[in-house]
Amino acid sequence: MRIPVETFHLDNGLLVTLSEDHTAPIVAVNLWYHVGSANEKAGRTGFAHLFEHMLFQGSAHVGSNEHFELIQRAGGTLNGSTWLERTNYFETVPSNELALVLWLEADRMGDLLPAMTQEKLDTQRDVVKNERRWAVDNQPYGTMLEKLQELVFPASHPFQHSLIGSMDDLSAASLDDIAQFFATYYTPDNAVLSIAGDFDGAETRRMVTEYFGPIPRGKGRPPLPSMSLPRVFGDRLREVVYDNVSLPRLFMAFRSPVFGSDGYYATSVAGAVLGMRKGSRLHRALVRERQIAADAGAFTFDLAKGADLLVVDVTARPEIPVAQLEEEVEREVDLMHREGVSKTELERALALIETDLVASLQSAGERADRLSMFATYFGQPDLINEQLDRYRAVTVEDVNGFAASQLGENNRASLLYLPRESVESETLLAAAAGAT
Amino acid sequence: MVATLRPKSGPPRSYRFPEFHEDVLPNGIRLVTAPVSKLPVVTVLVIVDAGSTNDPPGKEGVAALTAGILLEGTAKLDGAELTEKFEQLGTSVESGADWDSAFAKMTILSSRVEEATMLLGYVLSDPAFPEREVERLKGERLAEILQLETEPRGLADEKFSEFLYAPDSRYSKPDEGTTASVTALSRGDVDAFYRARYRSGLTTVVVAGDMSRDNARALISKAFANWPSGAAQDRQLVAAPKTVKRTLHIVDKADAPQSELRVGHVGLPRKNPDFFPTLVMNAVLGGLFGSRINLNLREVHGYTYGASSYYDWRRGPGPFVVSTAVQSEVTAPALREILNEIDRIRSARITDEELSLARDYLDGVFPIRYETTGAIASALATLIIYGLSPDYYSTYRENVRTVSVNAVLDAAQKHLHPDKLQTVVVGDAKSIRESVAELGLGDVQIHSS
Repeated sequence: MRIPVETFHLDNGLLVTLSEDHTAPIVAVNLWYHVGSANEKAGRTGFAHLFEHMLFQGSAHVGSNEHFELIQRAGGTLNGSTWLERTNYFETVPSNELALVLWLEADRMGDLLPAMTQEKLDTQRDVVKNERRWAVDNQPYGTMLEKLQELVFPASHPFQHSLIGSMDDLSAASLDDIAQFFATYYTPDNAVLSIAGDFDGAETRRMVTEYFGPIPRGKGRPPLPSMSLPRVFGDRLREVVYDNVSLPRLFMAFRSPVFGSDGYYATSVAGAVLGMRKGSRLHRALVRERQIAADAGAFTFDLAKGADLLVVDVTARPEIPVAQLEEEVEREVDLMHREGVSKTELERALALIETDLVASLQSAGERADRLSMFATYFGQPDLINEQLDRYRAVTVEDVNGFAASQLGENNRASLLYLPRESVESETLLAAAAGAT
Repeated sequence: MVATLRPKSGPPRSYRFPEFHEDVLPNGIRLVTAPVSKLPVVTVLVIVDAGSTNDPPGKEGVAALTAGILLEGTAKLDGAELTEKFEQLGTSVESGADWDSAFAKMTILSSRVEEATMLLGYVLSDPAFPEREVERLKGERLAEILQLETEPRGLADEKFSEFLYAPDSRYSKPDEGTTASVTALSRGDVDAFYRARYRSGLTTVVVAGDMSRDNARALISKAFANWPSGAAQDRQLVAAPKTVKRTLHIVDKADAPQSELRVGHVGLPRKNPDFFPTLVMNAVLGGLFGSRINLNLREVHGYTYGASSYYDWRRGPGPFVVSTAVQSEVTAPALREILNEIDRIRSARITDEELSLARDYLDGVFPIRYETTGAIASALATLIIYGLSPDYYSTYRENVRTVSVNAVLDAAQKHLHPDKLQTVVVGDAKSIRESVAELGLGDVQIHSS
């Protein structure tokens, strides 16, 4: 299965990818800016994400919140999201509304600043602070992402700090920051525009050129500090978080090869053998057979610079001592580290991955997002058609090679959440011990 | 520099919901097929009229447990072996039950659909319900209930249902059961529930994707040849409200940074003559990003990351609810804004702009909802579960487009009941109690979480 991919550059550096599919009168537009929380300067954690909110507050010819209204009025869906390495904006609309979407995206890429006001910034800052309260502070295990980043990346590394940001840094963000960030990163030569679905190729090229062509190229972006990292953590890392949670939960992270590399695909398969669905090792051993876990899974961060992370995620059943949870997860990881995986396990993982991949490409939005991703990270949107072959090329030896070199004790970072009450019981125990 | 004139829409291209066919197989199973050949994938969705409203009193959760354990073993193969077989074929079967239906669903490459469907039919027709797996799944459900104690969103939803419906209503308890009811369930309960309701007269198989109607008919007839025939009576549903007087419940979470808010009342059943006006009315009130409640609470006041309202459509009258989480300090003003918006949409017609936003959105987004075989299969299941007309999807857009401002006002006056509002706040009782008590939301009851 191959999807059609066409690519061209505008003179201002905007990379455009097109993928036609006329089965339904739907078109998806997806814009990736190559900027994320990694690009934030000191004292401005959370800014890339706050900025994403500001992009929905209007631009030179679009009123506040009008972007949302116009797309919904057109019968479309839309949103944006921010990650460590990129920020994306996406819409899926009836195909006769493509011009509107391109115009809206071009207006905010070309001419955002006239619409920015202190009042809008203040409101969105409040919205984002409430997003932090909702998703992070008032949610069990909600601090997982920022705690994990802090644990596994060295202090100076761009991936080390919080993506949603601290309340203080959010408070400090100013309109000057907005103007500077916009001029530096929201430029056509730092973006990829992908269009997938029902459109006319020639007419779409014309519209893209008309709307985005006049936007000037950027002045270049400041280089990131060195992203490179040793292949393994070197030490065992461990942090215990006492939090408002009901059940202990262990996230165990392993440094792994960057997204898109051969090693990444082997890692991804190893992760699937360990934690994808109910037939995976962790689910089978810890949830089904030994019944010490309520749930178990594994995922990768898909980071394209420095190093990626494979994370195993296991929640304890009630009454299971946390030491046992940790021991048994370690035992499964040790087993794979020492003895590798079987051909049958590899085949199971590949079969599941293949179905997921094909099924996800049914959606125009998903196609456009993957085109943007491969174009942004590697300049090659047609890698979308190679993913399956890259996975199929993974051998048992590749997975075992990864397991042998990167699942060892020198490459494990454990982030362990424990119910807050257990602090009290530990203190009581300590007090009792001290009294004797 | 950038083109200043907003472009106009082009001529719309026509769209039809995928063509589908209904057959009744020789043993009485209904088969709905929607051949869609965009990509080589197929979704097979089995629905059985064995949802949670059929749980006997005291055995709340048995429908969900039964559906959840269907794939956990037959006389010959245990759960681990079955899981392995499906996953080697590149699929996993998701099974469960909601209020109105039990389901088992898988999406798979078309090259492997026959083998997987034969296996699915065999497993569903002859589940062994091993004692050990029954106890394990009960344990997992109990762990989930425990997790809710520290999860404010889920806790607010659950408490809202508990305070909304009369204690003898099945809707007052979680669909997957309570600690007490789940603890008491046995293998025998599961087996009895299965034998009573997993029958051909209550079963529909939906096949959507890269497979013809003829091939689907042959395959499903073969795979489900041993499905027991017969039907069963539905249990009578009680959906009375617990009270018709406004009441304010505070579920205490000391020092919570946010208050989770739920405000609403018993709504109306899915199949009702006012469905479309009510749908459009709710879109304007709280169903869209650009709805009154979201714009007010989020974009004007910055109280929240998001606020919405919805009717939880069920066969019986599910809840109508406004749902949001706000910074603790603004709990009272946020509740006041919600009350104002409910009153406002009942007291005056919405504007033409508001009407067109809601109508154009619901009309235009229609094709985008059915991009995948999974979404198409679920849409077809909805027709069966709620007994909607076969032309429901082909007339949906017309039905949305013909809703008027007057019909919206009627729907708001008929189906929103400010005098009966039940309010749940999961938050820091100490700091909010005084200010929220002044809002006229009824007697205040404080609960520990």
